[in-house]
Amino acid sequence: MLPEFDFLTPNSLAEALAWLAQRAGDAAPVAGGTNIVPDLRSGRHAPKALVDLSRLAELKGIRREDGYVVAGGGVTIAELLGSPLVRSSARPLFEAARLFANPLIRNRATLAGNLADASPAADSAPPLLALDAEVELVSQAGTRRVSLVEFFTGVRRTVRRTDEILAAVRWPVPEPEAAFGYTKLGLRRADAISVVSAAVCLVPAPDGACSRARIALGSVAPVPMRARAAEAFLTGRPLSAETIAEAARMAAGEASPISDLRATSGYRKRVAEVIVRRLLAEAARTPQPQES
Amino acid sequence: MEAKVIHLTVNGRAHRALVEPNLSLLHVLRELLGYTDVKNGCEKGDCGACTVILNGKAVNSCLVLAWQAEGAVVVTDTGLGTLEHPHPVQEAFADLGAAQCGYCTPGMVVSAKALLDENPHPSEAEIREALSGNLCRCTGYGQIVHAVQLAAEKMVTAESAENAEEKTR
Repeated sequence: MLPEFDFLTPNSLAEALAWLAQRAGDAAPVAGGTNIVPDLRSGRHAPKALVDLSRLAELKGIRREDGYVVAGGGVTIAELLGSPLVRSSARPLFEAARLFANPLIRNRATLAGNLADASPAADSAPPLLALDAEVELVSQAGTRRVSLVEFFTGVRRTVRRTDEILAAVRWPVPEPEAAFGYTKLGLRRADAISVVSAAVCLVPAPDGACSRARIALGSVAPVPMRARAAEAFLTGRPLSAETIAEAARMAAGEASPISDLRATSGYRKRVAEVIVRRLLAEAARTPQPQES
Repeated sequence: MEAKVIHLTVNGRAHRALVEPNLSLLHVLRELLGYTDVKNGCEKGDCGACTVILNGKAVNSCLVLAWQAEGAVVVTDTGLGTLEHPHPVQEAFADLGAAQCGYCTPGMVVSAKALLDENPHPSEAEIREALSGNLCRCTGYGQIVHAVQLAAEKMVTAESAENAEEKTR
């Protein structure tokens, strides 16, 4: 049995924002319900009101806009999988969506819900960090854009205020020469919470050196994180096996995993290094501009 | 927290129910409307026993709040066929004995039906992936996968027979 709450059904985003502002602090947004319904049942969350976002057309759709891909916060994981734009311009996000929970959950769970829930294991987070994504937080006071790396502040904590809705996620359309990789390690192939997950992006310069590197990790820190020192180390260097091995060591060193029922801290660090090394090596081998 | 009347079409039948906002679609279907083929397993979206097709998509009905389903079209296992005229998936489950205790079966059948609607020729891996949200604690997965393969063959055969018949008309 669920605790008691008021259920508010706004017909527009403006109405939803008005409800959230009016019930400041004791109303929570709900869409797919895949996180919040179990949380209500277990008593972890006890909002006095829920504001239903699941019918709002303003939060739907995936489109190209001035060099960016913009996905509405209400887009489901199944809709990400069905989007040619996601497949072509956000390969690691597409791969993560394929491994996200199971088909039943993917038909309900939304992109905004996965990010706003702010689990360290949120499947969509490492790919979006590797894509330099930002989120749009909308309230009656206006819209602000926050880079995803600054959005997460701790386990299940974000910079989102209680009167704000995560209305959209946007990322720049990657350069044609950008190479990506993604891996999720779980205890089984489907319907698993990640033990470690990682997404990488490498952009080669014309001379074959690395002009931009992104290394994003899930389930190895209080927040989905970027290994900034390893990224900085790679930038400007030729992508040799030694350089990649050193970057992977550095990335694992930046992680601060806990031990839990899925894995020990030491195992996560060791595996993070191996996964990052393999992903970088694979991304570096993808076609690079040839010198004439 | 006040109750309100919600409207649902379940297996082709229109229903009205007076529902409090903190009830799940699962609760409404099972306890208020009598669709006991929709099973209550874990109530947190892990087991898939409560799987129904909601506006064309297979979902866990335990995770849908009843008011979110206002106006929805719901199909449960019972709505797919009858004892006299079973759905090919139901028939294949029965023919191959793809049930042990049977508790997961309605959810499995609904997920399999949703898969075959989208992908009439699934590979074994695709079948296993499509059923990954439905747990069988008896672990009878082998027969379940075979039943979905058999149902796919039956449905494709039936469809080509229908097409042939249309051509001869």
